[in-house]
Amino acid sequence: MSPPTSGPAVAGPSFPGDPVTGELASSAPGPFGPGAEGGRRGQGRLGDRLFGGAALGSGLTVVLLVTLIGVFLVSQALPALARNQANFFTSTEWVVSGDSPRFGIARLLWVTVLSSLMALAIAVPLGMAVALFLTQYAPRWLARPAAGAVDLLAAVPSIVFGLWGLRVLGPLTGGTQDFLRDHLGFIPLFSAGSVSSTTTIFLAGIVLAIMILPIITALSRDVFNQTPTTHKEAALALGATRWEMIRTAVLPFGKPGVISASMLGLGRALGETVAVMMLVSSLPAGSAWSWSLFGGGETFASKIALGAGEFDTPEKTGAYIAAGLVLFVLTFIVNAIARVVIERRKAFTE
Amino acid sequence: MSTVADVLAGADAAPVDLTGRSGTRALRDGLARVLMWTAFAVAVVPLVWILWTVAAEGGRLLIHSTWWTNSQVGVTARRVGGGATHAIQGTLLQAGVTALISVPIGVLTAVYLVEYGRGRVARLVSFMVGILTGVPSIVAGLFIYAVFMTTFGMQRAAIFVCLALTLLMIPTIVRSTEEMLKLVPNDLREASYALGVPKWKTISAVVLPTAFSGIVTGILLGLARIMGETAPLLILGPYTKAITANLFGGNMATLPTMINQDRDQAVTMPAYDRVWAAALTLILLILVLNLLGRVIGPRSKV
Repeated sequence: MSPPTSGPAVAGPSFPGDPVTGELASSAPGPFGPGAEGGRRGQGRLGDRLFGGAALGSGLTVVLLVTLIGVFLVSQALPALARNQANFFTSTEWVVSGDSPRFGIARLLWVTVLSSLMALAIAVPLGMAVALFLTQYAPRWLARPAAGAVDLLAAVPSIVFGLWGLRVLGPLTGGTQDFLRDHLGFIPLFSAGSVSSTTTIFLAGIVLAIMILPIITALSRDVFNQTPTTHKEAALALGATRWEMIRTAVLPFGKPGVISASMLGLGRALGETVAVMMLVSSLPAGSAWSWSLFGGGETFASKIALGAGEFDTPEKTGAYIAAGLVLFVLTFIVNAIARVVIERRKAFTE
Repeated sequence: MSTVADVLAGADAAPVDLTGRSGTRALRDGLARVLMWTAFAVAVVPLVWILWTVAAEGGRLLIHSTWWTNSQVGVTARRVGGGATHAIQGTLLQAGVTALISVPIGVLTAVYLVEYGRGRVARLVSFMVGILTGVPSIVAGLFIYAVFMTTFGMQRAAIFVCLALTLLMIPTIVRSTEEMLKLVPNDLREASYALGVPKWKTISAVVLPTAFSGIVTGILLGLARIMGETAPLLILGPYTKAITANLFGGNMATLPTMINQDRDQAVTMPAYDRVWAAALTLILLILVLNLLGRVIGPRSKV
């Protein structure tokens, strides 16, 4: 993570209306009148127009791309949704071929949300603690390499996480899963699921937690680092222990940052495809509904990836695109919350 | 933001009683310290564990020269041998083409946001970059499929994988370049303007070179990220065992799809070892890019 700049994020380094940097320079005649050095200035203006145009064009390309994503997803999902014979939001069926397709996202939504929230429940406390360790506790010689090690975890591709979870971690969690099922089975979340092996939502939640840990740690670390030294020293001067200093100075200051980091982590977990696809067993069609962590199923993303072989007609593809659209909207909302929270904090600290 | 005095007075958090028996306070402090150290240890465990597993399971094949020179043509899951040239080449080629498309767009967008952008348009662009950052990779792949395959009826090809990866790479480049350009001191720009240098020359000859190494670091880290992406490949880039360099037709192998191909093989199969070897090769490629980025980064002039 690059260090965030302390200045306002909206305006660049040049100032609006500044005669040497702003647009005024091109419209107002210089001190020597419009005719002086006409040739060179004209060339400069042409270069400026081309360069500024290219920059603006690139910016607008990004706007266009995002708009196109929305337009194409919506326009191709609608015909499929119109042919859908089942309720899209409450049905658990997924039959997309034939004349009367019946598909709904209820189960996809539940598995997606459940696995992501479980990941969050593990990764947020752990990530915060690691960030506090890196900023407040780690000795100077350890802080940098330790932060690098956590960042390195972000460099591991998701398919390798999936492979490791499937071959190494999964079999080892069998005992824990059995224990929870046997002793907490009266809670619907821990009741016996439809999957007998260890490849359950529970396993995906653990692996997802490891995958989003570096994001949450890195962003929390950044905000904890920005805690004003005066706050920390004031707390210590009043006789607070280090932990009390953290509780009274560092945590209140970093709270919006941690919330924002958690939301970004949640966004990543919701959209993660390959690891989930490898780690959660699919359920046969018509399986009973289950609230359990020890069940199988698909998330939006893994359903789309698994269904890639079915993309042969626009009607079938449209059903998956409808699921993709819901995922897009879901991650958009989560990311928007993260941005709003962090922007409000900026407004406070300026 | 409230001051520490406010906080201690109970304005923002539960008030902390600093007058209590010092024994319990010291105990809590010690407990917190132990907890933080433990949390760090717990966080490092999966990293070491994953790297160790991949190195131990995949290392044996990587020391054979054939791994780096052969493809998998004619090698079935039951047979030993073959290499990963086809997949390594495919991964590098697709990453290169993706960078070729995304770097100009990403860097110029960042230039626009920092040097030119004002008002509504700039806010809109910045907002859209934010949205693009959050687009899940599977949705990016699905979008490209919806455009080129469903709407225009084209065949799947490597170039479409590159386009999907471009959607994922542009926002990371914009954000990192933006940060770097903001770090360039304004004095440099003003000195250049004072010498009568036009704005576009100031940007291209003063601002961008000053931030150059930082921008390159951002590009390398962005590349490292998209190299490990698998989700768009599942939709857009079917695996093949042969070496191909044709971006516009036919299938092209990559390391992620090579892993995906044989991931369910039994432990006794030779293909099982090749899966781990491909994973190790992919991690090594990504690590090299990451290290390069970190070596170049601190050389930045800003």
